[in-house]
Amino acid sequence: MTAGAPLGKDLLGLEPLSGEQITLILDTAEPFKEISERAIKKVPTLRGSTVVNLFFENSTRTRVSFEFAEKRLSADTVNVSSGASSVSKGETLVDTARNLEAMRIDMVVMRHPSSGAAAFLAERIESNVINAGDGTHEHPTQGLLDLLTLRDHFKKIAGLRVCICGDVLHSRVARSNIWGLRKLGAEVAVCGPRSLLPSAIDDMGVTVFSRIEEAIEWSDALNVLRLQLERMTAGYIPSLREYNRFFGVTRERLERAPRDVLILHPGPMNRGVEIDSDVADGPHSVILPQVTNGVAVRMAVLYLLSGGRPELAEAAKTGKAGGAA
Amino acid sequence: MTRQVLLTGGRVLDPSQGTDVVTDVLLGEGKVVAIGRNIGQPDEALVVDCEGMIVSPGFIDVHCHLREPGRADVETIASGARAAAAGGFTAVCAMPNTDPVIDNPAAVGFVVRQGLLANAARVYPIGAISVGQRGEALAEFGEMIDAGAIAVSDDGKPVVSAQLMRTALEYARTFGVPVIDHCEEPTLAAGGAMNEGLVSARLGLKGIPDEAEEIMVIRDILLARLTRSHVHLAHMSTKGSVELIRWGKERGINVTAEVCPHHLSLTEDAVEGYDTNAKMNPPLRTAEDVAMLRDAVRDGTIDLVATDHAPHHYDEKEREFSNAPNGIVGLETALSVVVDSLVVPGYLDFGTLVERMSCSPARLFGLPGGTLRKGAPADVTIFDPSVRWKVDPAQFLSKGRNTPYAGMTLTGRAICTVVGGEIVYTLNEQRDAK
Repeated sequence: MTAGAPLGKDLLGLEPLSGEQITLILDTAEPFKEISERAIKKVPTLRGSTVVNLFFENSTRTRVSFEFAEKRLSADTVNVSSGASSVSKGETLVDTARNLEAMRIDMVVMRHPSSGAAAFLAERIESNVINAGDGTHEHPTQGLLDLLTLRDHFKKIAGLRVCICGDVLHSRVARSNIWGLRKLGAEVAVCGPRSLLPSAIDDMGVTVFSRIEEAIEWSDALNVLRLQLERMTAGYIPSLREYNRFFGVTRERLERAPRDVLILHPGPMNRGVEIDSDVADGPHSVILPQVTNGVAVRMAVLYLLSGGRPELAEAAKTGKAGGAA
Repeated sequence: MTRQVLLTGGRVLDPSQGTDVVTDVLLGEGKVVAIGRNIGQPDEALVVDCEGMIVSPGFIDVHCHLREPGRADVETIASGARAAAAGGFTAVCAMPNTDPVIDNPAAVGFVVRQGLLANAARVYPIGAISVGQRGEALAEFGEMIDAGAIAVSDDGKPVVSAQLMRTALEYARTFGVPVIDHCEEPTLAAGGAMNEGLVSARLGLKGIPDEAEEIMVIRDILLARLTRSHVHLAHMSTKGSVELIRWGKERGINVTAEVCPHHLSLTEDAVEGYDTNAKMNPPLRTAEDVAMLRDAVRDGTIDLVATDHAPHHYDEKEREFSNAPNGIVGLETALSVVVDSLVVPGYLDFGTLVERMSCSPARLFGLPGGTLRKGAPADVTIFDPSVRWKVDPAQFLSKGRNTPYAGMTLTGRAICTVVGGEIVYTLNEQRDAK
């Protein structure tokens, strides 16, 4: 653990962070954006650091994004996924992590199906832990990349009206967005069938819309959540067809809005269910810039947790200032 | 023939006969011989100085899990009975959800025998309601009661079928034993890891709504009305359950209920940080529920305090919250938690505490004890009402260490426990042994 580290040892969620800490990460991400635009996408900032990407759930986008962020900072990375690991032989999470740590690693990026798994791990190992999604709790780097994408577009977060649409109940992306947006002064709403909203949603400091038309009329931006197909089989909604009819984000609905509404989606999309193709691929969609920003935000988090000083992030690009060095 | 025991100078508190006076108690041949200042001191009697202590009829826990047979690595009947004695309990009732399930007279006999061998707190078996606790066919209540069972329960699981519950209540009435139900509507509670509310929404843990308990509470009360049988509701945790029990009692329905010390002292906030020692079923609820449950213990809507002592192996609790098992140990902290959360803040006096932890369980379950009347079994708890002590799970006599009270300083502690006229536990000996 680094003394005076601006984020502490771990990134477990956005709820425990202050607005200043979140802004610091976003500001630190700015200079890192440029690295990915270079022909040679690599700086020596984390040279000599070892990062393990420990994925107990399938992921393409998040795992690859972290891996690019690590490699572009010159860290040594190892990917462990649950199917191939000793977890499938019955090893406990803490034993897996302690064994990895005995090989002298510096950071663990973990995705896990249980809420709180990242906190559990962080308490038990010395290495920095970055939560890449824990159950239905938080997915902080997704929240951060959403914030960065909103800030790129609107040049501010405070005062923005952002509505999170869909399965808030099971969404770690929704929780990280709610905390991040509120801490930076945005107004937050959610919209979805009540069976997919937490019963305590009215106490979470957000506006609740039951009709997507009202949500669109209110919003500057919509963050459209993926509707997991198993929610239908589990009986939370009767059919995808009905979901699309009442909650789908369609071009017709957006065209009736009083202003252009920015469209975010954490992916992977179910086209024709929560979002129509001409919206996802339309002029107000920032779904691909979100993915680009994901790498920059994750570089910033890796840099700050490794002890990098925020004011040196610009210099770190050129290799003149090391992270943990 | 055992040596007589003379308990001198304690505050003898026995609500069963309205006694609250500093005096002596003489025990002999397994029974209470006399209470009074001038009862003499037989030459051979063992004298226990009880000055500053409360001397009460022995505490009885009607709800604990002793894990034997099947999980002797986690608790045995002997270790559980010793832990009970260390907590001031002179008798405990063991739930039948072991492996195999206690659903036949041979299994009941096994628990009785292991209990006798333990030579600590008395152990009374509770038989299963249904064969294998599968919720289908009734177990042989009559045979089990003949073998020593004192009640029936499928605890750990609810009795899902209302028809089976009705039949169990009717059949148990034939034999005069209560049916204990674990009130949980299984489809509403499915997959739940904590109380449903803002904390569960924030932590991303699936919640269990109050209604999952309350739907079964009112069902059971209505079935008790239908059958005119005694239903006992285990581990009540919500404000709504208290209101429903009150409703039932006002109508003369034969419903009794228990509450666990942790539901009287902790809220769902204890789950913050994903502490698996705050995971139990029913879950810790809100401050409003705790306040209502405290009122209910005081006014008698809740008849008694029971521990739901549930030891688990360290490795089973040392994992992700949603994958950890439910339950905490309670035998060795129950008295102190009740003193700290009810007596110290003034909700309850010590007389009512003794009523809820001794007299009431004995009376409602038809068990020996619960009184210091002359001729009653010499089951006595001697406790220090004001000593402050720090909970160190490593010192527990239970094999279980899973407690949310570790490191906390609590008030009140059993000093000496007497069962059948024999001293089965003293705090000083426990200290010396360590």
